[in-house]
Amino acid sequence: MKKSIDPRINRLELPANEDGKEVLDELEQWETYEVFHQKKRGDQHVHVGIVHAASAEMALLLAKEQYARRRQTSNLWVVKTRDVTATSYDDSDIFETTPEKTYREASDYYCMDRIRKYQQEHGIKDRKEDRRKKKESA
Amino acid sequence: MQYNETELKAVKEFLYKIADDQLIIGHRNSEWTGLGPLVEEDIAFSSIAQDKIGQAQHIYEILHTLGEADADTIAFTRNAADFKSCHLVEYPIGEYDFSLMRNFLFNHAEKIRFEMLADTSLEQLAKLAKKYRGEIKYHTMHSDTWITQLGRANEESHARMQTALNETFNLALGIFEESEFAGNLKELNIFEGESALQNRWLEAITPLLEKASLVIPERSAWQPVYGGRKGYHTEYLEPMLEEMGEVFRLDPKAEW
Repeated sequence: MKKSIDPRINRLELPANEDGKEVLDELEQWETYEVFHQKKRGDQHVHVGIVHAASAEMALLLAKEQYARRRQTSNLWVVKTRDVTATSYDDSDIFETTPEKTYREASDYYCMDRIRKYQQEHGIKDRKEDRRKKKESA
Repeated sequence: MQYNETELKAVKEFLYKIADDQLIIGHRNSEWTGLGPLVEEDIAFSSIAQDKIGQAQHIYEILHTLGEADADTIAFTRNAADFKSCHLVEYPIGEYDFSLMRNFLFNHAEKIRFEMLADTSLEQLAKLAKKYRGEIKYHTMHSDTWITQLGRANEESHARMQTALNETFNLALGIFEESEFAGNLKELNIFEGESALQNRWLEAITPLLEKASLVIPERSAWQPVYGGRKGYHTEYLEPMLEEMGEVFRLDPKAEW
């Protein structure tokens, strides 16, 4: 007999597959869609999760309640999970950067001291600095 | 606006009818919570149920300003005979096909009714009609998508949806039972009338059902199930009301 964590499925007493494995047949579960949420028009769509659905239209419908019910939303996208091409976790070493190459990261550029010097020389106010001072005095 | 005695009766009956339908179908739909066909749909359908109950509450609040009891008392303590809901919303949830089809037929009538009420002379109601536009639009999108999906998925699902349509259609026609006060409502520029609503409803659902490969019963077989608007109800309403108001009646004075 097929076993499920859902007692209602178990009550149906579905026969096991021929190979004896207790798994649900393909398509007994609807496929999944990845859901992307956009807060405000113009913002990026951000991946928020998945829904099971029989069609893209239904996926949007269900995504609205799962992912847009309790937050500001202007737009949703859904994409079939199987249409997503992903890197392999086995290849995750491609994202590593060798320590000697930190100059390739933006954090390794020191230019603020030169910018401040230029601003002082030309009498340009540093607005960021002003705001920081204002905040401190408040 | 000041109403004379008959006009006030007309307005109250009209508001009760709308709100009672919403409360009863909302409660029925909420009976699916935890039993939905998949968790995402369970959440969506429960949320729709909550929307409907919330809408009913707001209309009961209008009634309260017209001299009726407060919303909770109205919802939880009246007898079945005081309810103005149509029979369609009273029936038990049945299988999911029945509940989906009932919701489809009801949602479209509700959507068009509120469209017609967008410029009603009853200002509080006009405000609600505008406020609920988005909610009700989602409710119809939900039912349209399911009807199309199941109407066209396979032989079994199609047969079940067609059966559900056959079972619910005459009940749905009962939504449009005309009130004895229809003339007053029209004169007061509150509501155009149930037959105008029914015509617009038929225009709206016909292409949608066609798209779902479903067939509306022959006109000769139409037998609207009336009575609900006058307080005559099915055997299903009383036990449902008992269950719905059970907790409230334990201590009607309790603060929630």
